Amino acid sequence: MNDPMWFDNPAITDQMWPATIETLLMTVWSTGLAVLFGLPLGIWLFTTSKGGLSPHPIVYRVLSLIVDITRSIPFIILMIALIPFTRFMVGTALGWQATVVALTVGAIPFYARLVENALREVSDGKVEAALMMGASNGQVIRQVFIPEALPGLIGAATVTSVTLVSYTAMAGAVGGGGLGALAISYGYQRYQSDTMIACIIVLVVIVALIQFIGDRIARLVDHR
Amino acid sequence: MIELRGLRKVFGDTVALEEIDLSVPAGEIHGIVGRSGAGKSTLIRCLTGLDRPTSGTVAIDGTDLTQQTGSGLRRARRNIGMVFQHVNLLDSRTALDNVAHPLQIAGVGKAERHAKARELLEFVGLGDRVDNHPAQLSGGQRQRVGIARALAAEPKVLLCDEPTSALDASTTEQILGLIRSLRDRLGITVLIITHEMSVVREICDSVTLLADGRVAKTGKLAEVISEPGSTLAKDLVPLPPVGLGDGDTGIVEVALAGTTLPAVLRSAGTVGLDAEAILAGAVETVENRQVGRIRFSVASPAQARELVIAFASEGIHAEEVAAK
Repeated sequence: MNDPMWFDNPAITDQMWPATIETLLMTVWSTGLAVLFGLPLGIWLFTTSKGGLSPHPIVYRVLSLIVDITRSIPFIILMIALIPFTRFMVGTALGWQATVVALTVGAIPFYARLVENALREVSDGKVEAALMMGASNGQVIRQVFIPEALPGLIGAATVTSVTLVSYTAMAGAVGGGGLGALAISYGYQRYQSDTMIACIIVLVVIVALIQFIGDRIARLVDHR
Repeated sequence: MIELRGLRKVFGDTVALEEIDLSVPAGEIHGIVGRSGAGKSTLIRCLTGLDRPTSGTVAIDGTDLTQQTGSGLRRARRNIGMVFQHVNLLDSRTALDNVAHPLQIAGVGKAERHAKARELLEFVGLGDRVDNHPAQLSGGQRQRVGIARALAAEPKVLLCDEPTSALDASTTEQILGLIRSLRDRLGITVLIITHEMSVVREICDSVTLLADGRVAKTGKLAEVISEPGSTLAKDLVPLPPVGLGDGDTGIVEVALAGTTLPAVLRSAGTVGLDAEAILAGAVETVENRQVGRIRFSVASPAQARELVIAFASEGIHAEEVAAK
């Protein structure tokens, strides 16, 4: 109980910074990959849905089912279940690179659903106008849906990113690295409440920063 | 330029359009009027290929849209410029990029399409607004951008779906003036779908009345408007909402059809009515012809019926109107 506290505590002075960087790397990579794969999946969901550009009930139902199943598995279980896949992808099941695999798999369906809803906000009139100009479905998606829904798509990426920060902390419980691992192994298992508090403060700052930047960009592209 | 033959559209059990035949020659402004539910929206969706008619043909500049699919339909649509009630500009684009959009879709290079868009915005009087987004423009300005966009691909036909229904009276005047000048300067064929009779009176050369999915009346505006006893004529030149006396008096309504106001007044004198008996009247000049109606109040419904016959012997169409 007489461990050194706060700025004398090596868990804070030596490990806080690398852990923060790991958390940021995990968040940025998994958000980027989730957008990269989730955007096309969301567009696919939207175009095949009822009232979409080319409705296809069977394709939509299958995609929807996969998305809903993945989303309903608690992240910590998904992460453990994915261990063989993670080993195959990055060669290990430990460390932040391994966590990115699970985070991305968990976030793709989450972001895809948000994309589907953001695209639904684009009015039918704008789509009809483009079709009347002789636009193909691909042109309507690239020139109408994506630019018109851009503020919503950026907002969805912000929400996904914030959710991913909390998932990185959960990943810390099973050897995922980052601030979550630090908070659990020092703050919880060694009763260092100073480490716990420091981790919480940094996580709150990261989330606030992501929200601020996301809102800023969304406002910049919003001309409504 | 626009030819509809035997157009029929059925949704499940309901017949939305039945036996629609319509022909609009090049350079004419044609109005389509009707109550909501008369089939106007379905008609315009069939005209643009957004809906496929159950049977019949829709030909625009000789191309039957009902026979086109995929890229053929997309190409055919470039011959049609479309103006919407809610304009449907893209909020993410500037006025310039909105007007250039049809050309972008057609694969025209950036410099060329921007030059064309700038010219069109100049033409509709928004040369100083090229870099504004739609949210920075007024309703009337947005509709001007919408019209400029509809013209970008140099279509032969302009379809206007309730183009002024969301605008105030003076902005409506300006937009209608713009559409008329497009026809005069570019020779474009215009089809206007509207529920506003004033729009038809203002700019249409010919008009079609839809009722229950059928053509109830069609013809040149000057002929339709002066046809005695027709409901469309009455809608086109409405009387002010006064002039119905109490139950004891009779009312005679005289149509200015194929005659003039002085002739009607002379005949009124002959049958024993003076100017003091006039309750209400509406007279307009359409293509150098006086059209409209005049209501006279008389002592009793029985006298009103006698006067109808008396007017008829003078060669003038009159009818008795029930007093409330």
